[in-house]
Amino acid sequence: MNRHAGEIALDATASRNLDGVDAGREVVWLSGAAAQMGGQTIWSDVSLTVRAGEFIAILGPNGVGKSTLLKAILGLVPLAAGQARVLGARPKTGNAATGYLPQRRAFDPGVRVRGVDIVRLGWDGDRWGVPLPALPWAHRSRIARQRVREVIDLVGAQSYANRPIGQSSGGEQQRLLIAQALVRRPELLLLDEPLDSLDVTSQASISALIQSVCRSEGVAVMLVAHDVNPILPYLDQVIYLSRRGVVMGPPEEVITADTLSMLYGTPIDVLRDHAGRLVVVGQQDLPLHRLPRLRHSP
Amino acid sequence: MTTELNWNLVDDIRQLLSFHFMLNALRAGTIVAGVAGAVGYLMVLRRQTFAGHTLALIGFPGAAGATWLGLNTAVGYFGFCVAGALIISALPRRGAPNAGLGGFSEESAAIGTVQAFALACGFLFVSLYSGFLNGLNSLLFGTIIGITDQQVLVLLIAGAGCLLVLILLGRRLLFSTIDPEVARAKGVPTRLVGTAFLVLLGVAAGGTSQITGSLLVFALLVAPAAAATRLTAQPAAGVALSIMLALLITWMGEAFAFFSPYPIGFWVTTLGFAAFLLATAYRGIADRIARHPPIPYPPRRVLSGSAGR
Repeated sequence: MNRHAGEIALDATASRNLDGVDAGREVVWLSGAAAQMGGQTIWSDVSLTVRAGEFIAILGPNGVGKSTLLKAILGLVPLAAGQARVLGARPKTGNAATGYLPQRRAFDPGVRVRGVDIVRLGWDGDRWGVPLPALPWAHRSRIARQRVREVIDLVGAQSYANRPIGQSSGGEQQRLLIAQALVRRPELLLLDEPLDSLDVTSQASISALIQSVCRSEGVAVMLVAHDVNPILPYLDQVIYLSRRGVVMGPPEEVITADTLSMLYGTPIDVLRDHAGRLVVVGQQDLPLHRLPRLRHSP
Repeated sequence: MTTELNWNLVDDIRQLLSFHFMLNALRAGTIVAGVAGAVGYLMVLRRQTFAGHTLALIGFPGAAGATWLGLNTAVGYFGFCVAGALIISALPRRGAPNAGLGGFSEESAAIGTVQAFALACGFLFVSLYSGFLNGLNSLLFGTIIGITDQQVLVLLIAGAGCLLVLILLGRRLLFSTIDPEVARAKGVPTRLVGTAFLVLLGVAAGGTSQITGSLLVFALLVAPAAAATRLTAQPAAGVALSIMLALLITWMGEAFAFFSPYPIGFWVTTLGFAAFLLATAYRGIADRIARHPPIPYPPRRVLSGSAGR
């Protein structure tokens, strides 16, 4: 298992390389990458490598550009500087080997389209035309339907896949959308806050689902999270983005008082409760918006 | 009308088809209903009904202006509706990045302003063309009289082209409707697809206006589609159902208008409204039953036992 794949680049003051056992193919590679939004650089000098089958969380304060990092990997946002390679090619949209779940609210209850149809869009929704009528002898549509059924089984959504998606709960919708992202057998899954706005039970079960998909299908997962705790036991690596730089490494090395204090430029404590959950505590007089958004455990 | 309703279906239909104007009305109505049913379903799914309504109203100044200049009204309807579609799609969309799931949020204020201006222009053209007062009613509320062979041909070409492009857009249109952000990441040109759809909507609204009038386009563009979404959650079945309902509403509306003193716009709209009400009631009852399954009847033994005494 590759326990490390990145570098630390903190305002060029620190740069170290943690060595690990090499395993898995390189899926994402960034070198000296920077992104801009509205003419302002939001992050720069990001160098990282993600390998096949790794489960990685992207953490950091609000507005630091976590979603933009995913969009840059997807080819939706061009890099302002540096180089990037995704699955051996330059990032570009329309890559069937990446699955994507954008940050969002839930479907409106009035949306009357079945879950199966939503999953099916992940299979051939990017093609022109309409599928030919689902004749029983049509080979192609049989393959499509079979694969759709397979991923729905994989995420455990059989019982509500035929209901209009607007009537499903947040967790059920998230499962169906994960199925949609998985239907083309991607090698890389990019999830933008899939656990947000879910209740605690759903958070746990979706986390476990993502982890099992990551392991059983050998998919590399990059997941943007506000709260690291639901996924903490499954993580291989953590990418911590901040205005002062980016750190990548195993969670126990990144989510530490030292590293976070360095990233925020102010003293920060990391506490661990009896269940192993992390609590990140900033200074009282810190302006609220600069507080790290690792959610504080109840 | 000089015709009598005999309450003999075959005879009544024969009577109806013996008039050339009625034949043309049915031909035009069939084309228009097919297009409106299909495009309308996607419009309801995309939540662009307000844009659709505006496009229909934009057809009114087009037709009024064409009449004023002595042109064919079809030119005015289609020209203005398509131009309006391009303008609406060019309006800046300030929508938040996550506002797009399962439909669009629109700049309704800007579109509403365009709509008011369009109506005012239409009224101006009507007053410029004095002696037009009778035509005003049919421009706004529709007519079944006086649809020419040439008009039917124009509608046929426009309608066939519209359906062809709709089929071509197909899955990409559905994908960028349901989940624009993922569609974009998958390489679907959502902006282009959206503009193309608005143009289709313009053609559908312009065509439908010629039968139902500008103000009552919604009878065919929204009512069947809204009823269909309540009856099924399956997109392909929804489109088919929407088209069938639109056809049924149009044929019945035209027949009723033929045999009664009331105008077609009223009949088509009333039938559309009835279909919508029935579908909504069906959905409400079906959902309620799904939530609370009915209590099974008491076992037969209990019933027969009490009856035997």
